[in-house]
Amino acid sequence: MAKVIVVTSGKGGVGKTTTSASFSSGLAMRGNKTVVIDFDVGLRNLDLIMGCERRVVYDIINVINGEVSLKQALIKDKNCDNLYILPASQTRDKDALNLEGVERILDELKESFDFIVCDSPAGIESGAFTAMYFADEALVVTNPEVSSVRDSDRILGILSAKSKRAVEGLEPVKEHLLVTRYDPKRVNSGAMLSVVDIQEILRIPLLGVIPESESVLQASNSGTPAIHLEKSDVAEAYRDVVGRFMGEDLPMRFINEKAGFFKRLLGGN
Amino acid sequence: MTREEPAFKIKTGNLSVLQLHILTTDMVQLKQELAQRLSQTPDFFASTPIVLELSAIAESDAVLDIAELVSFMLKQGMCAAGVVGGSVGQREDAIQAGLGLFPDVVARSPLRGATEEAFSVTGIHAAVVPVQPDLPGLDVVSASADKELVAPQIKPVPRPTMVIDKPVRTGQRIYAEGANLVVLAIVNAGAELIADGDIHVYAPMRGKAIAGAQGNEAACIFVHGMEAELLSIAGCFKVFEDGIPENVRAKPARVHLEGSRLVIQPLNY
Repeated sequence: MAKVIVVTSGKGGVGKTTTSASFSSGLAMRGNKTVVIDFDVGLRNLDLIMGCERRVVYDIINVINGEVSLKQALIKDKNCDNLYILPASQTRDKDALNLEGVERILDELKESFDFIVCDSPAGIESGAFTAMYFADEALVVTNPEVSSVRDSDRILGILSAKSKRAVEGLEPVKEHLLVTRYDPKRVNSGAMLSVVDIQEILRIPLLGVIPESESVLQASNSGTPAIHLEKSDVAEAYRDVVGRFMGEDLPMRFINEKAGFFKRLLGGN
Repeated sequence: MTREEPAFKIKTGNLSVLQLHILTTDMVQLKQELAQRLSQTPDFFASTPIVLELSAIAESDAVLDIAELVSFMLKQGMCAAGVVGGSVGQREDAIQAGLGLFPDVVARSPLRGATEEAFSVTGIHAAVVPVQPDLPGLDVVSASADKELVAPQIKPVPRPTMVIDKPVRTGQRIYAEGANLVVLAIVNAGAELIADGDIHVYAPMRGKAIAGAQGNEAACIFVHGMEAELLSIAGCFKVFEDGIPENVRAKPARVHLEGSRLVIQPLNY
């Protein structure tokens, strides 16, 4: 049975699209047939991060309006055989996304894919609502700062009250916490919330912690999802996230400050 | 008279009455402040019967010129109907002045001290017990007379307590209409709990709690971890700009009204 997973946060700029790209790539690298959908109609970014912006001909709105078939709009990823991208439209406005149309697309995708990853726009308007409405599971992306945590709390409230599963009284949407842009050094100095602080407020299971890293920006600019970077903490952290999502029991990494050279030499902790 | 029907009936009636809580024995100050308050809302009382609440000054056993006070009130459009509380001497003076005695049913804490204000009308609804769904056990300030004469009226069945077992998150509002509210999960900042009766939270409480929303001054708030943004009982509210007092912060606490003062007590056991 195909699973619909929404990547959401409420606040903008916390790493939803970066996460959608790396998470869907990670699922595909493990042999799962995966499609990632950009719901940010009007501000499409996912195609840039996946490095397929020059191959976008049709988009999700064309499919909803019945102008083209789903097959025509899906773009095959350049790095993974099992991964497809359904881009957002840049020229239409958000109201073109309607629930009936999205449901039709998801039902069709469910026939041939294992995982459907929905990259939600920021905010709590109709775009974000449409992206989360059909979700079976949710990745709530949060930065270690109060306003981001507050917005995630709001999104969790909406998920538990207004998603299709909530409205129809089915088993609730399974929630996962993903803390991104985490800098243990700044956490220790008190400038950032710790993972424990965030969990204390949100109280949902932690799926992973992605460390703050320069390499994310480089990856975005070069159109390669961060999970493909070599010798990178971020790539490893995303692989751990995918592993945990698939049910593996992996220890949390990157939540403690890296020991400096001298500290290691002198046997400090 | 050939009528077969009796000329009168005696029945119990549960009426809502205004109470004037008298917090000082200084009649000059009391009258001055009364006149000042009434000048702001001249027609507010319009011959409404008012019960003088004397429990705050009972211990002083001061002799009040109640007859003089009654005639002063009448000039201001306030129609004194009786007294509740007060010392034996004060109650005798009240009978002399032609007032009725209400049974002293209002349970008051002995801790109660005189406040700076001469009497307590915080906003319009503070001391008003409006016509509301009768909650047996909660309407302790309703004035009822001649209980023995007639069989007690059948009271409406109280609404069952509303129990919430999921987190109440930012932006969510829960209203227990005519009932008590029990929350078994976390209440986050930006969430709102409203109940016409009591509120219990058996988890950290970081949002707003509004108990006795229809004016029930006997309503209470019980919280397992006091971190609230706002607390309110019967219209008297408190915010915590400088943080929650140390002795209750993040600890179990009980909140109740003493006069117009919202009291937060630690729950030690």
